[in-house]
Amino acid sequence: MVRLIANDPLDGLVPVQIGGVDLLAPEVGVITAIAPYDRSKTALSGALKGAHGLGFPAPNRTTGKGVTRCVWTGRCQAMLIGPTPDPALATHAALVDQSDAWAILRLQGAGALAVLGRLTPLDLRPDVFKTGHTARTELAHMMSSLTRVAAQTYDLMIMRSMVQTAVHDLTTAMRSMAALDG
Amino acid sequence: MRITCPICGTRDRREFYYMGDAVYAQRPGAGAAPEAWDDYLHLRDNPAGVTRDLWFHEMGCSAWVIVERDTVTHEILSTTLASDAKGQGA
Repeated sequence: MVRLIANDPLDGLVPVQIGGVDLLAPEVGVITAIAPYDRSKTALSGALKGAHGLGFPAPNRTTGKGVTRCVWTGRCQAMLIGPTPDPALATHAALVDQSDAWAILRLQGAGALAVLGRLTPLDLRPDVFKTGHTARTELAHMMSSLTRVAAQTYDLMIMRSMVQTAVHDLTTAMRSMAALDG
Repeated sequence: MRITCPICGTRDRREFYYMGDAVYAQRPGAGAAPEAWDDYLHLRDNPAGVTRDLWFHEMGCSAWVIVERDTVTHEILSTTLASDAKGQGA
């Protein structure tokens, strides 16, 4: 029988620090897609609060903070990031483990906004895309989920298969912004 | 060009995939006559003016959106979730 070895999707790719901007791997834990069943959103939100201390997020928003967060990721879907989900949640929603399917990168620093400006068409002006806001958007032609977790800190969820390309594009943008500043 | 997704708000056109006339959301019944299927699949108006298209928010929330726009002025008049427009002559 073939023995598969678990690899970290970001192993050897990060951290990268260029021109005062850091690209790193935040502490993630388990990633679970939560898709509430018909008319179950309120009950699900209650169950989430009871089990993990956060509600089901509205579109383009997140709930929770630190290492336990729930991030809206599309129509009737959010990702619970951090804890192993309480099995009782399965009464109200379809739960799918996505830990090995997505990778999460963190971009932080005073120049992070300008770097992202080169890679995504999203309106990231600080008074429009506020802390706690999230969006499904394009990042250098890849599907991504972009969340502003703090004033100058952004988390980028990328499908694992494309994360090497994402790191390449991000570091290229970091380098060109640093060159402009220099 | 920007399109207002009813869920995500105003987004760049690059996040969307264009499918075609909004008539695609009105599939004929299983027993419909061949003429109805011919019409559904092949026969399209080409208006100089208001038209309704189906767009998919592919890079965004994965919603299908009916976009009403003017082919002469390129103005977008309205956007509706295809799921909300069901049965209303989408």
